Amino acid sequence: MKILVPAKRVPDTDQKIEVCEDHSGIETGHLPFVVNPFDAIALEEAIRIREDRVDAEIVAVSVGDLEYEEQLRTALAMGADRAIRVDCIESLDPWNTACVLKALVEQESPDLVLMGKQAVDGDCNQTGQFLAAMLDWPQATFASRIKCLEDKLLVDRETDAGIETVELPFPAVITVDLRLNEPRYASLPGIMKAKKKEIAEISMGDLGVQNAEKMHTVSVRSAKTARKRVMVSSSCELAEKLRESLKST
Amino acid sequence: MNILVYLEHDGSEVKKASLSALSFAQALTHGPDDSVRFLLIGENLDKVASQAAKYAPTLVLEAMELAHPIAERYALVIADAVESQQADMLVAASTSQAKDIISRSAALLGGAMASDVVAHARVGEELQLDRPIYAGAVIATVVLKGSPQIITVQASAYEASPPSDSTFAVTPLSPNLDNVPQRVQIIDVETKRSSRPDVTEADVVVSGGRALRTSEDFEQLVGGLADALHGATGSSRALVDGGITPNELQVGQTGKIIAPEVYVALGISGAVQHLAGMKNSKTVIAINNDSEAPIFEEADYGLVGDVYAIVPDLIEQLNSG
Repeated sequence: MKILVPAKRVPDTDQKIEVCEDHSGIETGHLPFVVNPFDAIALEEAIRIREDRVDAEIVAVSVGDLEYEEQLRTALAMGADRAIRVDCIESLDPWNTACVLKALVEQESPDLVLMGKQAVDGDCNQTGQFLAAMLDWPQATFASRIKCLEDKLLVDRETDAGIETVELPFPAVITVDLRLNEPRYASLPGIMKAKKKEIAEISMGDLGVQNAEKMHTVSVRSAKTARKRVMVSSSCELAEKLRESLKST
Repeated sequence: MNILVYLEHDGSEVKKASLSALSFAQALTHGPDDSVRFLLIGENLDKVASQAAKYAPTLVLEAMELAHPIAERYALVIADAVESQQADMLVAASTSQAKDIISRSAALLGGAMASDVVAHARVGEELQLDRPIYAGAVIATVVLKGSPQIITVQASAYEASPPSDSTFAVTPLSPNLDNVPQRVQIIDVETKRSSRPDVTEADVVVSGGRALRTSEDFEQLVGGLADALHGATGSSRALVDGGITPNELQVGQTGKIIAPEVYVALGISGAVQHLAGMKNSKTVIAINNDSEAPIFEEADYGLVGDVYAIVPDLIEQLNSG
């Protein structure tokens, strides 16, 4: 069985994000980058599946410039068997990312695509669903538990109403939620081994994909809210403020 | 402009968030050639349909195969409806159901999609859409290329559309189910049971964070204050991760994004991802024992102190009128 795990390069979530002066994007010069935390959870789950089923092969994939090798190296150090980088200097929207992933799926024929429910930079929550639709594969989004059986998958999904358990056949796309697992840190032997593994490079052209933007970013700005920031000193005063706030609703 | 609004429901009631999606769609239409209609999908929909008809003309797709909102089925019939009705736009509230289903539909319709929209503006021919990125720290203004456009809106950003005095038409459509896959089956649904209002729909939300040590303490302090204010309870991610609160209470970038009239944060430090879920609240009140906690930057009224000492006192004062 083969599992494809997309791993996006995103700024570390602990970092303060600053908008560029010309509002064209964010300042990235000073930022440390990581594997999108949701993708890391997907990769961890893939590794756990392989710990149960020794025949499983995990392929980490990324769509980006040479810097993305840093995240693929992390994925290899965590336990991916091999990695593919689709060379691309532009930042792709979910549609075009899904087009690239679809082409990779057609080339690699995985049984399962496991990926984060969203990337924590664009926060679109679209790419997995787009990919499943393009492939006409069944999907299970927001997985908080995955049971990988011989011929089918059992997935607990987190919905607004509670937990929904679904059954679906292979091949499938699963997007993962926070509570699925706690991703491991790469071990020192893992890091050493990862250095020797090769990261295959393919161009978008090789995959027959051309970037055709569907969502165009005009500008970005910092989201600031104006708060009163009044500090009170007793529960009595706070109760008064609460009553006032409720009255004005 | 011909817009379809995906109407979410629980089998008996329309979801309030969908009324916000409706008001977004109505704001885009003015002329006699424009139309905004609900698209209602499921089984045994008479009750929901008559409710929906108080707000907008409603197209109904009913079938046994559509009894549950399974993405691979719904996405296909929604895409079919958008095409057969020649809609220019498909709109939905950004709920977990829409993220699952509408995104899949969008790919079948060409992929021109913007999710979590919080504001819009017409600039010449272009419809510019604002959406939060980087956990809400940044707002991006985007335009969609291609048609139809698929847009999900944050319900907290748009007032729910009010009911009309008249009743609109309910029109049944016959879904083409020939190609609808049945690969995904729902085995079990574990729904929450709470006497309190839903966190996404309440005017007042009281949330608890790391300072709460047990489920019992959460119920007594956060639940107690919520009840005194007739509000809902919410939770930070720390408590969900710690197994103290169920995950559907989580407020934040990866949980619920809400904008109640009053948000009370008890013992919540205010991590960026939490602030993304509540920063549009009208009034924010925070209690935390750390005067440096980032939540105070995002609060209108703050009190430094121990929630275990302050909250029982606060509940008593509110209950005594």
